Amino acid sequence: MDVGIVGFGSYVPRHRIKVEEIARIWGADAPAYKKGLMLREKSVPTPDQDTITMSVEASRHALRRAGIDPAKIGAIYIGSESHPYAVKPSGTVVAEAIGATPEIHCADLEFACKAGSEGMFIAMSLVKAQQVEYALGIGADTSQGAPGDALEYSASAGAAAFLFGASKVLAVCEDSYSYMTDTPDFWRREYQFYPRHAGRFTGEPAYFKHVLACGRGLMEKAGATPDDFDWVVFHQPNGKFPMRAAQELGFPKEKVEQGWLCPTLGNTYSGSSPMGLAAILDVAKPGDRILMVSYGSGAGSDGFIWRVTGEITRVQGLAPHTRAQLENDPIYLDYGTYAKFRGKIRKLSA
Amino acid sequence: MRDVAVIGVGMNRWGELWEKSHRDIWTEAALQAIADAGVERVESMYVGCMSGGLFMGQEHLGPLLAEQLGCGPIPGTRVESACASGGLSFRQAYFDVASGAHDIVLATGLEKMTDVDGAAATYALSTAADQEYECYQGITFPGLYAMMARAHMHRYGTTRRQLADVAVKNHQHGSMNPLAQFQGKITAEQVETSVLVADPLRILDCSPITDGAAAVVLAPVEMAKKLTRKPLVRVAASAHATDHMALHDRNDLCWIESTAVAARSAYEQAGIGPAKLSFCEVHDCFTIAEVMVIEALGIAEKGKGGEAASSGRTALGGAIPVNPSGGLKSKGHPVGATGIAQIREAVMQLREECGPRQVGKARYGLTQNMGGTGASSVVHIFERI
Repeated sequence: MDVGIVGFGSYVPRHRIKVEEIARIWGADAPAYKKGLMLREKSVPTPDQDTITMSVEASRHALRRAGIDPAKIGAIYIGSESHPYAVKPSGTVVAEAIGATPEIHCADLEFACKAGSEGMFIAMSLVKAQQVEYALGIGADTSQGAPGDALEYSASAGAAAFLFGASKVLAVCEDSYSYMTDTPDFWRREYQFYPRHAGRFTGEPAYFKHVLACGRGLMEKAGATPDDFDWVVFHQPNGKFPMRAAQELGFPKEKVEQGWLCPTLGNTYSGSSPMGLAAILDVAKPGDRILMVSYGSGAGSDGFIWRVTGEITRVQGLAPHTRAQLENDPIYLDYGTYAKFRGKIRKLSA
Repeated sequence: MRDVAVIGVGMNRWGELWEKSHRDIWTEAALQAIADAGVERVESMYVGCMSGGLFMGQEHLGPLLAEQLGCGPIPGTRVESACASGGLSFRQAYFDVASGAHDIVLATGLEKMTDVDGAAATYALSTAADQEYECYQGITFPGLYAMMARAHMHRYGTTRRQLADVAVKNHQHGSMNPLAQFQGKITAEQVETSVLVADPLRILDCSPITDGAAAVVLAPVEMAKKLTRKPLVRVAASAHATDHMALHDRNDLCWIESTAVAARSAYEQAGIGPAKLSFCEVHDCFTIAEVMVIEALGIAEKGKGGEAASSGRTALGGAIPVNPSGGLKSKGHPVGATGIAQIREAVMQLREECGPRQVGKARYGLTQNMGGTGASSVVHIFERI
């Protein structure tokens, strides 16, 4: 039984803020940040957008492509580090909004930036185990970055949803692999508003160790080499890390670029590599193979090998493409409006 | 006082050593030095460490590290003089041997700086300045050295490019040092367009935050002759001076008086002048520091330190190579270890063990280690005998 993606969709908020605008407020060196992070601007959610609303949008796009009855979805998993509620699931609201209730299993997941790929893995595994006919895995975040911190230049908002099933599969999962250790590189404790990170420690012993080990482990498990793939997508905390990961694993830039959204999207945390995958599926051809490696601080990576089927061309035009959402009609914000949108400043209530 | 020789040196690769504790880092260097000296044990030991408390939450390093060594209940002394802690640790070990109190003595330096974040490291380093009169006004070390650089540029016409040339030279030297933290070469353009830290100093004008240790073994010259078959390196001079703690109290913003005073004493002890030196290892915590230090050492004329690197005079192959090891800029600057690493380089240069960065045959070499903005300076001269 070939199990895989039967529907996919993403959502990118329309508002943006440029690196220069953030740097202007903090007296920081914008060209240095742009060069260092390989990042020009990032998406910003409006005050009425959150992980739930973006998950609903992305799921609706996925459903349009899948063309199935949402009542047949037997499980929904949303991975995020910005679930609007500490207690009360995001998944219940999303499932209700898309018409997937009441016969459905649900859990909200958290594993820093890889909670989205975790949701995908669990959803797909339930379909494989024939526990449910369809299952939805979502990665979404309105990422938090403390004012003035390096994270503020990248922490952005977006969502991607993947519906898994066993018929009319668009992309078959040929193999998967996970790699995890206890590595405290980035964290947010209860009652804290912004995450903290261990600076340069987030690079070599954290992101690169896990992403490279996962990529290598998965290719070894599958007996594959970089030549066997047409596309590759990594978690994108900034523009630079995924490009370097690709280079170290032996992938040319051309195989990365389609899913490399970070330079204008920013880091959508749990949405990052899933949105990159959605952008690749928007343009992939039947027979293409895609390597995906997520990363979550704490730390671990999930890897997937997707083989695109002949069904893909039928559905690509049925929902907005990720890159189109990213590129069309952005609204640029000044820092003050951005600060208001992100709840960094608040009006005193009467 | 007895004549003293350095008979063993030890150091491992410096950098962000996240996989190792300060115990590991220090013990590796210490055991290497003891093995290099060809001795079984040491009778006394010193550790230069600026701020074990703020960087690692650990004081009382004397017994902690003596225990690592396994030489029994030997005296273990921690020495602190900010970034000159290493140089001063060596000077205490030198007195220990010269006075006849002990024969085989270990002088070491250690700093583990990267286990705290940038703000905590900046704060820890700032304690080397005057907290009441400087730090509480908001000044940081790059800020203090930036003011010194501005003053030097204003009075003597030292240029931005000349500062960059110091960094370029030291990274070029460091590219030949397999233990250096940064072994890549850089260009003057890269220095001048790197991130601005405190105008006119940019990030590539600054030495990095580093984890590292270094160690050397000292013995009386007469005993050393029997202990080692390696070329003998004698401590020809050991000098130490202090100056006003706060920069604003100094007579001259463009002059490091503590280095000048210590150097005068050192030249007198060694019976030589700067012209006899084959090389120097100096405290280039910032590019402007090297410019001002070589003036205070009499290697460059007052106000002419800026030209030295640009003209190639202080590069390997030049008249007086300065920082053949790569200096603090490229080798790294684990503050307490820096002074000992300078001495290790001097000993290895005099023994002609430095491979591609060897200065050639050398008789005299000088090391200058400095605390704060020059409130303390330690100068040593070594002679191959």
